[in-house]
Amino acid sequence: MNSTSLLVFDGLLLVSIVSLAWAALASIDARRSVILFMAFGLVLALAWARLRAPDVALAEAAIGAGLSGALLLAALHDHDRTAAGVGSSSTQNQTSAGLTTVIRWSVTLLCAALAVGLGWALVHVFDHPANDALARAVAENLDLSGVSNPVTAVLLNFRAYDTLLELAVLLTAVLGIFALGPARAGYQPAGLIFDGLTRWLVPVLILTAAYLLWVGAHAPGGAFQAGATLAAAGVVLRLAGRHQIGLPAARTLHIVLAAGVGMFLLVGFALLATGRAFLGYPPAWAGSLILLIETAAMLAIAATLVSAFVGGQPESVTIDNEE
Amino acid sequence: MINALSSLLILAGLFFYIAGSIGLLRLPDLYSRLHALTKADNLGLGLLTAGMALQMPNLMTALKLVIIWLAILVASATSAHLIARHARRRESRS
Amino acid sequence: MLTTQLLYALSGCVIVALGLRSALLHSSLLQRVLAINVMGSGVFMILLAVAYRGAEVAPDPVPHALVLTGIVVAVSATALALALARRLAAEQDDD
Repeated sequence: MNSTSLLVFDGLLLVSIVSLAWAALASIDARRSVILFMAFGLVLALAWARLRAPDVALAEAAIGAGLSGALLLAALHDHDRTAAGVGSSSTQNQTSAGLTTVIRWSVTLLCAALAVGLGWALVHVFDHPANDALARAVAENLDLSGVSNPVTAVLLNFRAYDTLLELAVLLTAVLGIFALGPARAGYQPAGLIFDGLTRWLVPVLILTAAYLLWVGAHAPGGAFQAGATLAAAGVVLRLAGRHQIGLPAARTLHIVLAAGVGMFLLVGFALLATGRAFLGYPPAWAGSLILLIETAAMLAIAATLVSAFVGGQPESVTIDNEE
Repeated sequence: MINALSSLLILAGLFFYIAGSIGLLRLPDLYSRLHALTKADNLGLGLLTAGMALQMPNLMTALKLVIIWLAILVASATSAHLIARHARRRESRS
Repeated sequence: MLTTQLLYALSGCVIVALGLRSALLHSSLLQRVLAINVMGSGVFMILLAVAYRGAEVAPDPVPHALVLTGIVVAVSATALALALARRLAAEQDDD
């Protein structure tokens, strides 16, 4: 009885997810695509919660739906300003209609073949019992890791090197964004109602981010979700026209952006200097070291995501040079 | 008994969500659609929250749900205001 | 026979195929970036379906960590791609 109702729920959820994905991808209007994509991200967060992945659900709702949507909407705003671009791309579609139809059909068939191949491989994978070696290794060593949330333990202790490289990817992306041009123009100061919303929303977001950072050690949460919440606060400040406090000033911003990778390297080399492996935390210190690294990572992730939303080198840098 | 009351509240909330969606699809212009959607969805969420709050094990979790509802109430009212104001400005410009 | 894992994994495959098709066929850069994001979400769904162990046993945390890393890397790649698109549009305007 219970399993059939769960099956119905799964079926409905998956049908709505796939239809939202199809609607977002097939839409000709870019704005509609972006809004449907945000809805897709939110329903996906529901699916992650159903699959017993609450950390991933939090991250998907905050980063995948919220911040990706904000980035796409900001890009759409630029897109609208250069409206000629839209016209030229649509005329390209009409030329050589016959060839285009052949290409469309062959690409569709290839993608369908890919889906069938993947699906067939997965059906065979699920025929065998699950290989639990890694999960058992994590469960056995969880006490030594310094935290009790297994996902945080994997991210910041057992596979800390991967997280270090991921923060390096974030840093590289923001360096690329800074190198590509100046920031977008700021927004005008908000009216009474939006300003009132900002006044209480931003402190609540900051408090929630601190809570998510702290609770990540023993419950779903952690540096990424906290960083995304903090980034949401920065984006809201930016949208309300308060550019000066959305991001720190130039020198501080550069330090904060590098702090994620920097703290990791600092801890790693300090441990190396004391004779242990690189990022091999001693079990007694593991919890505190993880919290230290997570705090720096949270600030770095928040600064990176707000800088990405801003879209380029912030204005304050040029103002500094003029002085 | 509690389950029956919960189910009733959740079904009432669902009814208001459906009403809001029908309003979104069927009403003629932006303002009336915004009006129907915001009002109906907020009430639907309130009823849904009340139904779920009855299912919670302790008072603190139920209070968290109510806080979520209040936050969404303010956020959706503000975004409806912003959308309507933007549409009004665009109308008066063209 | 159609367990939860299989259902979600197959849906993930469908989403990957849909995203790939749109990424190859769309002409607008913005919608291609969006399609690649959808593809990524499909891959995450496959990973999380593989990690699911049912209602009683705790799920496998390693694919969860992979997906979390993937989400963050996807958003940073999206941000860089959108900045590149913006710069491309600015260059085309100057011509």
